[in-house]
Amino acid sequence: MDKMTMQLQCPMPQLDFDIITLGHGSGGLLTNRLLDSGVFDVLKNDLLDERHDGAQFVVEKGTMAFSTDSYVISPIFFPGGNIGELAVNGTVNDLAMCGAQAQYLSLAFIIEEGLPMTEFWEVLLGIKYAADQAGVKIVTGDTKVVERGKGDKIFINTSGIGQVHPRAKISKSRVQPGDKIIVSNPIATHGVAILSVRQGLEFETSIASDTTNLNELVTSLLDIFGEDIHLLHDPTRGGLSTVLNELARDTRLGIDLEEKAIPVLDEVAGACELLGLDPLYVANEGVFIAVVAAEAADSVLEKMREHTKGQGAAIIGSLCAEHPKQVVLKSKMGGRRVVNMPIGEQLPRIC
Amino acid sequence: MKFLSEYRDADLVHQYVQEIQRTVTRPWTIMEVCGGQTHSLVKNGLLQLLPPEVRMVHGPGCPVCVTPLHLIDKAVYLALEKGVILCSYGDMLRVPGSQKSLLEAKAAGADVRILYSPLEAVKIAQDNPNKEVVFFAVGFETTAPANALSVLHAQRAGVNNYSILTSHVLVPPAIEAVMTDEDSHIQGFLAAGHVCTIMGLDEYYPLVEQYKIPIVVSGFEPVDLMQGILMVIRQLEKGEHQLENQYSRVVRPEGNPEARKVLERIFEIHDREWRGIGTIPHSGYELREEFAAFDANRKFEVAIEKVPESAECIAGLVLKGIKKPQECPQFGKKCTPQNPLGAPMVSSEGACAAYYHFANLLESVETM
Repeated sequence: MDKMTMQLQCPMPQLDFDIITLGHGSGGLLTNRLLDSGVFDVLKNDLLDERHDGAQFVVEKGTMAFSTDSYVISPIFFPGGNIGELAVNGTVNDLAMCGAQAQYLSLAFIIEEGLPMTEFWEVLLGIKYAADQAGVKIVTGDTKVVERGKGDKIFINTSGIGQVHPRAKISKSRVQPGDKIIVSNPIATHGVAILSVRQGLEFETSIASDTTNLNELVTSLLDIFGEDIHLLHDPTRGGLSTVLNELARDTRLGIDLEEKAIPVLDEVAGACELLGLDPLYVANEGVFIAVVAAEAADSVLEKMREHTKGQGAAIIGSLCAEHPKQVVLKSKMGGRRVVNMPIGEQLPRIC
Repeated sequence: MKFLSEYRDADLVHQYVQEIQRTVTRPWTIMEVCGGQTHSLVKNGLLQLLPPEVRMVHGPGCPVCVTPLHLIDKAVYLALEKGVILCSYGDMLRVPGSQKSLLEAKAAGADVRILYSPLEAVKIAQDNPNKEVVFFAVGFETTAPANALSVLHAQRAGVNNYSILTSHVLVPPAIEAVMTDEDSHIQGFLAAGHVCTIMGLDEYYPLVEQYKIPIVVSGFEPVDLMQGILMVIRQLEKGEHQLENQYSRVVRPEGNPEARKVLERIFEIHDREWRGIGTIPHSGYELREEFAAFDANRKFEVAIEKVPESAECIAGLVLKGIKKPQECPQFGKKCTPQNPLGAPMVSSEGACAAYYHFANLLESVETM
């Protein structure tokens, strides 16, 4: 079901309140009315329907992966998605980066009082859409409401658990000199989409966030390439440069990057140009890097490009024994420079 | 990207490099005035492509770097103590004042906002009639017209809760200051293309004549910079000194007359203090008396004590091109972008930060 159909099929129920108030987080009658208003119906599954504080389920033998993340994005609605989709995709992808298929998620809201119910509903549908797409069940949750001014509309935490692919052997310790680095799609798209609607910086663009789940693509790669995939990582906050710097630091290896190989959509490159931002430092969603054995790299790339979520994949560099702990980029002009970890949030330049 | 990728053509850059190699017969020292040019030279790894005879030194054209400490302190004070909405371009936020940066003031509860356009600040003032809104008007001749326009805009719209904290500096007096410094050994300049887009070429002819140096107005892309460097070197090798315009696709000889009219209307030229360098005569803009109501300096009487700069920071020498960033004993050690001793380590236009971020400095990363 696409997003539009879902919104039509899940209209917001008639309610006798139109904003969320402190009482909705009290755990009492109002909380129940909020949850019964349709939250449970929207996210419905056998485990959630137990309406217990936690969920119980049987696990198969093997290795499990577990991950958590909090989502505090502003604004909560942006071109290409909303905070709800982000909260599901983010944790699903963190598990995917462990080589796991997310099975169960927890979902906790911290809502600032005054949030219009219509906005909450839209976030909820975002959650449902993303969960359905990723094939994951939301099995337990929590709702808290804080006073106005003590939050920013809505914060969401999700934790997830999933079975690790039997052929996956993903670990930084397996990364070695010669390994190739593949990025699954053009970078910086999400970060620029968010900036385009951030207050004070609004600009007109057709760029939409690429937030999506990556679990299916990852599973299809692991089915074929198994141990040849040494590491997976999604370069969300801090962008590609942060992830690669962490990789270089932790493996004590060097990384060589080819600037001209790094995919960036034209519109995104143009926006970064205007805004004085470097795409290497801009946040991503829906993109991951795979560090793979050199001999498998071309086949992995080919397979990735066959998938709709990896059509823009490219080999962007490799690990090396030289310049340990440093990421060195060969510029399009042929010069070389070090790519450092960003200090904090990237700040736009004056001119 | 049309109109950009053409100027980032690696083959063309290499052709210019070869031409520079063929032309140069002896060592030359050239200063690129603008921080944007420094950034591009280092980010694209262009410095390594140049033959060893060509020594590029990085000029004072980083507006963030030369904004005096006490003005940053004033901005922080206005935001924290006077409850104004302080609006600024992004890279001003991390520059350390004597106590705090604006980013730290924001964390401490001040309303500090990053904008791309000062007109946005006027709108914020209109939307918040009960608050004072101050725009930190920093920059060279490039940003000055937009900042000036915001004042005109506010005046026309009758917005009386808007003012600007000016720290506008001018390029020609800075070139003069570099040339008259006895330690300076600059033999040619790449002038800042975007400044000349506004101001035109006229004010550079007297500098060429007086100091007998080649000045080439250059753009910022790799091809622009390499072509500009070649043009300077050709003059130097022939013993000539002329003003040339490499960036003619953008810079007209007369500049932008409309923008200059706005500048003339709003601002007058004053002596100005440059952080790390000192006071340079006739080197900055102040609002004219007629617009005093929009001058944050006059509107808010704040006595900010002048605090001396860190004795360990050699920013002044770096900004005048006398020292290279890595010649500073604290570079990458006590002074890093996380913990800057001076402004050139903060702004991405600052020579120290550009070297730290982009140059091939293997040890500096070891210390992280």
